[in-house]
Amino acid sequence: MANALAPQKQMTFGEGGLVLTFIALAALCIVIAAKAYTPEYAFHAYLFTAASIAAVFAIINRYYDRPAERAPLTIDGKPNYNMGPVKFATVAAMFWGIAGFTVGLIIALQLAFPALNFDLQWISFGRLRPLHTSAVIFAFGGNVLLATSFYVVQRTSRARLAGDLAPWFVILGYNFFILIAGTGYLLGITQGKEYAEPEWYSDLWLTVVWVTYLLVFLATLWRRTEPHIYVANWFYLAFIVTIAVLHLGNNATVPVSIFSSKSYIVWSGVQDAMVQWWYGHNAVGFFLTAGFLAIMYYFIPKRAERPVYSYRLSIIHFWALIFLYIWAGPHHLHYTALPDWAQTLGMTFSIMLWMPSWGGMINGIMTLSGAWDKLRTDPVLRLMVVSVAFYGMSTFEGPMMSIKIVNSLSHYTDWTIGHVHSGALGWVAYISFGAIYCLVPWLWNRPLYSLKLVNWHFWVSTVGIVLYITAMWVSGILQGLMWRAYTSLGFLEYSFVETVEAMHPFYVIRALGGFLFLCGALIMVWNLWKTVNSAEKAETAGLALAPAE
Amino acid sequence: MADEHKDIDAVTGTATTGHDWDGIRELNTPLPRWWLWTFYICILWAIGYWVVYPAWPLLKGSTEGITAWHARSAVVEDIAALNVLRGPMVERLTKASLNDIVKDPQLLDFARAQGRPAFADNCAPCHGAGGGGAKGYPNLNDDDWLWGGKLSDIENSIRHGARNGDKEDHEGNMPAFAGVLKPNEISAVADYARSLSGLPAEEGVDLALGKKVFADNCAVCHGENGKGNHELGSANLTDQIWLYGSDKATIVQGIQNGRGGVMPAWNGRLSEPIIKALTVYVYSFGGGEK
Repeated sequence: MANALAPQKQMTFGEGGLVLTFIALAALCIVIAAKAYTPEYAFHAYLFTAASIAAVFAIINRYYDRPAERAPLTIDGKPNYNMGPVKFATVAAMFWGIAGFTVGLIIALQLAFPALNFDLQWISFGRLRPLHTSAVIFAFGGNVLLATSFYVVQRTSRARLAGDLAPWFVILGYNFFILIAGTGYLLGITQGKEYAEPEWYSDLWLTVVWVTYLLVFLATLWRRTEPHIYVANWFYLAFIVTIAVLHLGNNATVPVSIFSSKSYIVWSGVQDAMVQWWYGHNAVGFFLTAGFLAIMYYFIPKRAERPVYSYRLSIIHFWALIFLYIWAGPHHLHYTALPDWAQTLGMTFSIMLWMPSWGGMINGIMTLSGAWDKLRTDPVLRLMVVSVAFYGMSTFEGPMMSIKIVNSLSHYTDWTIGHVHSGALGWVAYISFGAIYCLVPWLWNRPLYSLKLVNWHFWVSTVGIVLYITAMWVSGILQGLMWRAYTSLGFLEYSFVETVEAMHPFYVIRALGGFLFLCGALIMVWNLWKTVNSAEKAETAGLALAPAE
Repeated sequence: MADEHKDIDAVTGTATTGHDWDGIRELNTPLPRWWLWTFYICILWAIGYWVVYPAWPLLKGSTEGITAWHARSAVVEDIAALNVLRGPMVERLTKASLNDIVKDPQLLDFARAQGRPAFADNCAPCHGAGGGGAKGYPNLNDDDWLWGGKLSDIENSIRHGARNGDKEDHEGNMPAFAGVLKPNEISAVADYARSLSGLPAEEGVDLALGKKVFADNCAVCHGENGKGNHELGSANLTDQIWLYGSDKATIVQGIQNGRGGVMPAWNGRLSEPIIKALTVYVYSFGGGEK
């Protein structure tokens, strides 16, 4: 119409194909909803229908709004980075983070004061607990990983993100998975496997999303203009590939019917337990460790403006880490029906894993050589360095707790909860906070609203973490000692309910720690909100995006 | 390798690898020696552990290790050691009659030491940590017993429970009188029941009617004077101890719908010495009958 020379606008194969796929999915889900065995499952089928129809409209709208030509890969010789999906995932990460921390606080209070279950099935501890773990690990952590991986792979490859709709499909599809999983927990839909609670249809959906994620990531690496692949991208790739394998192995289920949310796992007995903890431990290893080490490898040197401490160390500890981690799962099943040999291997590989884990800590902390003074002036960098210190502490504590004699005391106690949270709050959340404090100003091209507030965030949540983990250490060790205490006559000194009673003060302290951590995160949200909504443009050209999308 | 790259980091004096990703460079620092050696030591330790303990799977079974240690045999040994410690006393406890146990201070102490955690793990969820009971779950500290408070009665109750389908359990229950008695009769007899333990009656209630209804319907189980009957498990109505509550509404509800709380049978679920210990432990709360 406007310009005869302009190429005629055509729907791409991807756009057309996706529209047709979503129409078919919507139709299928309508049928499933109509014939579903339970109203909860019908509700999910309707959600799938609604989301599919929304996707069809979104793709068509986007088609009418977009120029005829595809976005160029470069503009004036500089890569034309695709930051839209990164922005979305960053916002989603903060949203889910606050949701996950809040639910964590609620269940901490429920443990201290059981009346807070209010006798309502939807908010009982048993349903909120997976909601908390999934919200913080997969929703908060997952979106941080999606956002940073799409950001880092573009910047360090000097290439635009591969795919047109694909990155959006990954981000939106993943968040839709979280919505299905989370509402499912509240409605009582679960396959009862820790950290893998979503049922078969959510798992299938996630598989499609995750394979697309892998393809987008690989294709972006493929079109890189740097001769070598940066270390952060090795870690991201290890994370994406391994999570795919773990997800498929631990969710090998047979649904009762396409009209039922229920499915049965193909593994049985101790083999099921072994597969579950092969999955569970490597979710820690590859989701919460490898993925977040990738974040560390980009954001710490970038923020400190210093070279990475040791390239050689990064190679050795990368390969050692991914080779050794995959074996360590059986240490979750010490003193169970698992054969002794498997327990031995799980324990010894955990011990050998200690130094490969610490390789990441050394590279993270020592990268500050020559820039230590920045810890005093830059609270964002301090957040990230303290996170690496927590990482070091947790990856020492973990191998120690895998030693059978230690495990005989610590297993099933709150010590495990303390260990997990020193890793989750101290390491995963802090490195994520640091990365987001860097990302938001870069993505929105605005200076950070207040460093002073970052400082407040740092101190409030650090006090929270310290309260949390010390309370759980004391409570866990106390609990373990009470369980094994015998009288001189050879009878148990304490009944189970007495050990529960003894935990109460520590549960209250833990809840207080969680409350402080949540307060810190709320300070962060306020700070980021003010940053994004400020009129002022960032002046430091180096930090600004070359061409904003 | 390092010599190939002339790009030296000014601060550390270390060569970089010469690459640059979005402004990030990498130093070519060698592996820290302490790190490498600790890594080697961990690997050596692991290999040593494999030599000592069962470690690697074979086609059948696994390598046994020089100690041939197994978690299962370790548990068996632990239990055996515990049995050596408890053994003589458990043997005495098993052989002694309940009356003998109560008379022998040493044996009584031992039984109570065993009974305490057993009670807290198995009985406390309903009867409360101190045996204080709750609505519908009898208080075991007082001297009011539905099925009798002698040692043998308590043992019987623990073994077989109440209304749970066990062949020898306590079967009697309070029948529902809704439809059998008229509402005004139920109201009157509820007030009469309250009056038996000295609780005041509502105004305008015909206690005489209540007494007549009681004599015709209730006395057969609760006795003419309302003192209950251990044989039937009927409650003593004269002692101001109320299992479900003493307010009139609760009593009316009980008369209308009946009552019949369930207690599980522990015979077979708990070992003989533990059942004995529990019997003595509950008896020693203070309300036991001679």
